[in-house]
Amino acid sequence: MSGARLSAQGARQLAGIALFALAVACLPLVTTSGAALNFVMMALYATLLAQAWNILGGFGGQFSFGHALFFGTGAYIQAIAQLQGGFNAWLALPMAVGGSAAVGLFVGALSFRYGLKGSYFALVTLAFAEVFRIVALSVSFTGGGVGLMVPLRESVANMQFATRAGYLWLVLAFVVAALLVTWWLRNSRYGAYLQAVRDNEDAARAVGVNPFRIKLAAIGLSGAFMGAAGAFYVQVFQYIDPAIAYGSVTSVEALVAAIVGGMGTLWGPVLGAVVLHVLADLTRNLFGELPGINMVIYGVVLVLIVIFLPRGIGGIGLSVRELWAGKGRRHD
Amino acid sequence: MFDPGILFSSVLNGLTTGAVYALIALGLTLIYGVLHIINFAHGACLMLALYAVYFLKERLGIDPYLALPLVVAAMFVFGYALQRIVINRAGHGKDENILLATLGIAIVLENLALLFFKSDTRNIDTAYSLSTVAIGPAMIAVPKLVAFAGALVVSALLFWVMGRTDLGRAIRAVAKEKEGAKLMGIDVDHVYAMSFGIGLACLGAAACFLLPAYYVNPQVGSGFVLVAFTIVVLGGMGSFVGALVGGFLVGVVESLGGLYLGESLGQIGIFAIFIGVVLFRPQGMFGARA
Repeated sequence: MSGARLSAQGARQLAGIALFALAVACLPLVTTSGAALNFVMMALYATLLAQAWNILGGFGGQFSFGHALFFGTGAYIQAIAQLQGGFNAWLALPMAVGGSAAVGLFVGALSFRYGLKGSYFALVTLAFAEVFRIVALSVSFTGGGVGLMVPLRESVANMQFATRAGYLWLVLAFVVAALLVTWWLRNSRYGAYLQAVRDNEDAARAVGVNPFRIKLAAIGLSGAFMGAAGAFYVQVFQYIDPAIAYGSVTSVEALVAAIVGGMGTLWGPVLGAVVLHVLADLTRNLFGELPGINMVIYGVVLVLIVIFLPRGIGGIGLSVRELWAGKGRRHD
Repeated sequence: MFDPGILFSSVLNGLTTGAVYALIALGLTLIYGVLHIINFAHGACLMLALYAVYFLKERLGIDPYLALPLVVAAMFVFGYALQRIVINRAGHGKDENILLATLGIAIVLENLALLFFKSDTRNIDTAYSLSTVAIGPAMIAVPKLVAFAGALVVSALLFWVMGRTDLGRAIRAVAKEKEGAKLMGIDVDHVYAMSFGIGLACLGAAACFLLPAYYVNPQVGSGFVLVAFTIVVLGGMGSFVGALVGGFLVGVVESLGGLYLGESLGQIGIFAIFIGVVLFRPQGMFGARA
């Protein structure tokens, strides 16, 4: 993978990303239906969450149960920078992204320094998210349990768009950036190191890879994209409170979509997020707006996937291709 | 800062809560010791048991303490089936998969409860719910005293099962050396399911002791999840004595934290302990390095 400047597969993947970006970007020109654009926008938002989780969980093998930690931090920074700091929303965005990445590096430095992995790491991320939730409830600059409201000032300069199309393009830009980073993980030396650490940390260390730094970079990147998702959330809904920011719903959404689509793959998170979103929409149409029903479905899908398709839905295509090529099962 | 009377009653209250925590943690540590997985659905299963106790009282008028055998048996069967039918098939040789499966179960249970029972917080009314007894300068609610004693009795029972019965020996054998146990003719899948069943049965007992002085809503379990994990990690993964001591310790810390820092911020004490222990002493107080 590292020999040629750009492998044929890598080039094909890049072309795929470009095609995807172009096709989605043109959607608002094809339809002006608010419901349709809203659906695509929310699917892209869910994709972003899954992509962020996938960087650390899929490529790095570190399963976080508390990714809302970075989402919430990004959301709060985005809101507080505008409200208390008087910053423009476009200036607040890099702060939100940087702040979430910093929280990622902090949690990562603590956890990976002491060799946490598996269930321990999952629980520590969850515990951090809970600590942040309680702090956000208790201090004043977050507005406590009441939350923070960003006033409506519709203009592109304020990152508040008059139509869904604007938000769709914004979140699409994040998703494409995440796709490019994921592509880089699949085609770079760093990505190969990260996957080597995931598959066998001791073996990776034996050939001179520093697992601590490799994993630290992954959690920083993952946190950055999660923070972007948080900032986006605040811009769209103009509101954030501790339960939305640091509650388990976002952590679960990110993780389930990545696992359903296929961990450690380029298109898996996109596939997973879209499939879950379609499922959620179907149930809404069938049963109406019932509290918790979406999460029930997410949970059932997660259990079914883990039992029957541990490589995710995207894995079906891979398995078929491998059978066709007669290579048999690939070892993950 | 506070007079000794308040401090004393706070510690006493913490100990009574701690006993129930210990019971919950014993179930968790048993499952961890044998299956080497963290049962992420532990809190959700406790919530389920609490609802069972609640509806037995409200619909059928069965007193929580009398409902204990029923709830314990039901939770045991539920746990046995859950392990055999769902969790056992999710592993594919990777511990992470089992963790994910239990997370999925937790999500499903919690949100099914939300769907069917709504997010209302419910509690039950019993003749003894509000009665108290004086112990020295402290007033302790009767249900809390019963919970304290009951949790100790159930824990003792569990110690006996683990130490003195064939089932306990089989469980310990599988926990230590799965392959060897299999060669000795132990049905490992059955032992796994039994352990999971017993782990959830502890929750059934805990629910019966908790509800008269507590409440139930769909989210109630998630509060207990991290507390139980904290205790298990603190006591050393898989250690029974550790779970017992850890339970009391966390109960007291929570009670004192609430006294000095206030209800919401006091919760942080537990998470701080958890993060600290996991980072700096993951083997816990009584455990060997995991």
